[in-house]
Amino acid sequence: MNFELLIQLIVNGLIVGTLYGVVAMCFVLIYKSTRVVNFAQGEFLLIGAWTCWAMLVKFELPFYVGFPLTLVFMLVFGIVLQVVVLRPMIGEPIISVIMVTIGLSMFFQALVAWIFGGYTKAFPTVFETASVNIAGLQIETAYLMSMVVSLVIMIGFYFFFKYSRMGLAMRATAFNQQIAQSLGISVKHVFAAAWAISAVVSALAGVVIGMVNGVSSALSFIGIKVFPVVILGGLDSIVGSIVGGLMIGVLENLAEFFDSQWLHFGNMYNIAPFYALVIILMIKPYGLFGTKDIERI
Amino acid sequence: MGDAVQNTETRESILSINNIEVVYDEVILVLRGISLEVPKGEIVTLLGPNGAGKSTTLKAVSGLLKTEDGEVTKGSIMFKGEAISNRDPDDIVRRGIFQVMEGRRIIEDMTVVENLRLGAYTRRDRGIRDDIDRVFNYFPRLKERTGLAGYLSGGEQQMLAIGRAVMARPEMILLDEPSMGLSPLLVKEVFGIIRNINQEQGITMLLVEQNANMALHCASYGYVMESGKIALDGTSEELLNNEDMKEFYLSGGDKDRKSFKNLKSYKRRKRWM
Ligand SMILES: Nc1ncnc2c1ncn2[C@@H]1O[C@H](COP(=O)(O)OP(=O)(O)O)[C@@H](O)[C@H]1O
Ligand SMILES: [Mg+2]
Repeated sequence: MNFELLIQLIVNGLIVGTLYGVVAMCFVLIYKSTRVVNFAQGEFLLIGAWTCWAMLVKFELPFYVGFPLTLVFMLVFGIVLQVVVLRPMIGEPIISVIMVTIGLSMFFQALVAWIFGGYTKAFPTVFETASVNIAGLQIETAYLMSMVVSLVIMIGFYFFFKYSRMGLAMRATAFNQQIAQSLGISVKHVFAAAWAISAVVSALAGVVIGMVNGVSSALSFIGIKVFPVVILGGLDSIVGSIVGGLMIGVLENLAEFFDSQWLHFGNMYNIAPFYALVIILMIKPYGLFGTKDIERI
Repeated sequence: MGDAVQNTETRESILSINNIEVVYDEVILVLRGISLEVPKGEIVTLLGPNGAGKSTTLKAVSGLLKTEDGEVTKGSIMFKGEAISNRDPDDIVRRGIFQVMEGRRIIEDMTVVENLRLGAYTRRDRGIRDDIDRVFNYFPRLKERTGLAGYLSGGEQQMLAIGRAVMARPEMILLDEPSMGLSPLLVKEVFGIIRNINQEQGITMLLVEQNANMALHCASYGYVMESGKIALDGTSEELLNNEDMKEFYLSGGDKDRKSFKNLKSYKRRKRWM
């Protein structure tokens, strides 16, 4: 048994896991405050990464200009999407809303493929050294950066929900919309803000992953990975999405390890999370941190 | 309150409801021509049995009717001279009216302080921290509760709901059955504080109650509703001495109460009908 490889894979799992956690948080943010299951979460990463790529490569803007512009674009994108597409769906049956987000997911995938083509494209290199050695482990600098970015986002979310006016308003809306409205909170604003924040933070994750793996339609696959993560953590739990992200990240790397050492089934990396998903749904249908009264989907 | 209570018409009304009708789901007519006046700075109470339409009246004012598919279909609601019927609840809060809903609807998965800060959601000034202390002065026992609001006792949750309203610095608070489910001792305490808030903060109050005795000792004027209409109104003193009121609302056990309409001694007021 190759211990060094095992440790390396676990570390990789934790790093990828924090990114899953961040994307899952974005998904949960929308679900919690607007009760919409967003199947287009992965496309937010895709659009964010491609927008940033276009800013840096096509328009040749420096990173410190192109990147903030990307985030501003995604902010507007999130708000417009909510106001134009999802606001009219308020009060419609949950299945119709799900259909709409699935439709959005397909639409954006096609749109992006049409604009940018089907090939993977690389970001201009941001870091001089490709990898660093920490305690005998080779860790890619970009991975390290993604870890730092993820942690900063998580801490940011914590302070946002704990102390900011809009964060408290979102929690109030998630708890009960009528109570929130009785306090003078405009639920319309909260919904738009939830989509905007979710789009911005997802784009951030998309850019980080794009820097590591290049930008391609594979980014939207992260949006599918989010389901095992949030179902493990609980659809409506922010903490659960972080823990779920880490667990799925490690799980898929461990599955890869066992497969490469003994099983030789192939592609366990991508399949294991979904095996886990099925097992979790059987033994703990509301996730590790979820509340009981939410519909299963 | 024995001090000289004048006729409402001679005072400046901050809120006037003029002959409103309210319909739920476009078909269920619940309020059938309600009119009432609330003079600035006073406490006015709205009494009546379950299902009379008291909560609906408050929701019509606060705009929360909209969240339940209700609509004011006739008449007008004027606040400080402006028509406010069928506006969004957040607009109404910004205009200075704050409703404390029936059943102490606090946010259970937040702390006391977070609930209070949300009360000040529409405010942008820097005085919020001071106002939290001010609320703790009214309700000292809330200050000791650092856990989630869902673990507070019923009385404490009611206090938090009222404190949250004070945080908005409203000109008017609509209170829906603050005594519901509280022990008599707590009811007394809560009503005492409501009166203090009214006097010290100058906040006008429209108080819905089933506990008529308590409410009339707190308010200067009262209205009694029955099945979507005002059945009776008068100064608190008048109502406290009214024979029908004594028999049907103030005696305590009001389980087998008949309607005012079936009473000989009750002369139906034609004023608004
Ligand atoms: N959201 C609603 N939809 C339909 N009918 C309602 C709704 N809320 C209240 N009602 C009806 O309106 C009437 C008055 O209710 P309400 O205003 O709550 O009375 P009260 O507060 O005096 O007990 C009742 O008959 C009740 O069934
Ligand atoms: Mg009621």
